[in-house]
Amino acid sequence: MEINCETIKHLAKLSDFDLDEKETEALTHDLQNIIKYISQLDELDTEGVEPTYQVFEMENVWRDDEVLRQDATREELLALTKEEKDHQIKVPRVL
Amino acid sequence: MKTANKKITAVSLVKEALEKAKKFEKYNVFTFLNSEGALKKAEEIDKRIARGEEVGRLAGVPYALKDNFLSPEGPTTASAHILEGFVSPVTATAVEKLEAEGAIMIGRTNLDAFAHGSSTENSYYGPTHNAVDFERVPGGSSGGSAAAVALGIVEFATGTDTGGSIRQPASFNGVYGLKPTFGCISRYGVVAMASSLDCIGFFTKTPEDMDLLMTIASGQDSKDLTTLPSYYEVENGGNKAEDAACPSDNSSQAALAKSSCSAEHTAPSASLPIRIGIIKDFDNEAVTPEIREVLKKKCEKLKEKGYEIVELEMPTLKYALAVYYIIQPAEVASNLSRYDGIRYGFRSEKAKDLEEIYDDTRSEGFMPENKRRIMIGNFVLSSGFYDAYFLKAAKARTLIVKEYEEAFSKCDFILTPVSPNYAFKLGEKVNDPVAMYLEDLMSVSLNLAGVPGLAIPVGKTKDGLPLGLQLVGPRRSDMALIEFAKEIA
Repeated sequence: MEINCETIKHLAKLSDFDLDEKETEALTHDLQNIIKYISQLDELDTEGVEPTYQVFEMENVWRDDEVLRQDATREELLALTKEEKDHQIKVPRVL
Repeated sequence: MKTANKKITAVSLVKEALEKAKKFEKYNVFTFLNSEGALKKAEEIDKRIARGEEVGRLAGVPYALKDNFLSPEGPTTASAHILEGFVSPVTATAVEKLEAEGAIMIGRTNLDAFAHGSSTENSYYGPTHNAVDFERVPGGSSGGSAAAVALGIVEFATGTDTGGSIRQPASFNGVYGLKPTFGCISRYGVVAMASSLDCIGFFTKTPEDMDLLMTIASGQDSKDLTTLPSYYEVENGGNKAEDAACPSDNSSQAALAKSSCSAEHTAPSASLPIRIGIIKDFDNEAVTPEIREVLKKKCEKLKEKGYEIVELEMPTLKYALAVYYIIQPAEVASNLSRYDGIRYGFRSEKAKDLEEIYDDTRSEGFMPENKRRIMIGNFVLSSGFYDAYFLKAAKARTLIVKEYEEAFSKCDFILTPVSPNYAFKLGEKVNDPVAMYLEDLMSVSLNLAGVPGLAIPVGKTKDGLPLGLQLVGPRRSDMALIEFAKEIA
């Protein structure tokens, strides 16, 4: 897979980054090397192998669907944001 | 571990630790020193001791907290600009458990931002220095925690290990570092990096201290449903396992028996003699001669003691790093999408609309290595590449899990290098991501398989630089690993 500046610009968009030219260039170079390294997996035969997404031994853990605790109050959480109005987090207009 | 009592006050222990922290300030170990808070807690503990109250097994013991554990004591930054000034209203379960036993956090330690790195050079707050050689890296990402223990500032420190971030810095600084079995210690309140790999663990100077900390910190937590029952405790009594049903003498065989006693199915057999596996695939020029030499010496010593050395072929392990650098960035990209400048932490000043808040905050707030990983993650997950990279890696992960299972049918533990090199010079690899990633060559496969590994200090180079080896066991053999470490050190 060839990584070029266009790929990097697309990935930056997916990642919510605004990159300048110098950064785009550096990341193109770095990602080319990294993708080249991870592509060695092509050598490995995984035909018919089931994927593993997690290694936790337990199948599932159920609990009742109810509030167990409140570690932080609404006020404490709202205090962490830059702008607040009427007990809501304020953001600039979207449209 | 030196705890506070009627003769040694908690205040004196904390003052001593804080003085040492100041003395070693130039090592850049801490992102925050908890001077006031720690002294206040120490006074409280001394008062309780004077009143004759129970003060816990870690009474007045100063410790260092990796700065990706949440607590209201000081800002939790994960050494990243994007979390600058974030003071958490919640406390990590691990922190709660340690402090319930009287431990006192004296400072938050430096790391590679969001634990992305193997040298602690990717920190917004500058690099930490190696405890033994100031010109060298302390390893990473938990470099600050490893240095804090190695410099003797604290008796123990917390760490997180996603691909080697506890074991490698432990070996670079000459201390013990444990990455437990996946799920041993609750991750509630710890900054998430790659959720199928992340583990919480500790740095200590002795195996005994590690055992005590694991006894205290492991166990199920309703706030983290990926936690295993602690095998140190019987379910309803809260006593150590050996008090209830298991043998209690201190031999390593007994430790094995103890762990299989309450771990359900995967603990090693207690058959004699203990068989130690050596991975042949790692005995090549990719590993520095000093490390291969020390491994050989330790094996000879174990043979003399009557242990059997088993040569293992694990041909899939050489792909573990490639698998890791697909799965880990994919999970990183997902976990780090929450940092948007809206709800907490840093927000870019120049942003005008919502889209710009996201883009500018993330562009200014993440370190270059964070960006690399997020972008690789989004690459391997994106349509058209998912099957070739992410799915392929998930399948290869199965082969690695199986390879470990097979290995543990032939031996009880595996002794291997932690990383290919001992501590390298500051700046040596910082501009070459792939060279830095190769540092994780021997450590990542444990996280992929969920098995525990204990980094053990085993010697020094002729220049006095610490050398470490890791002891690897099957899932849930943590306690036996710690016990057996005494045979190797």
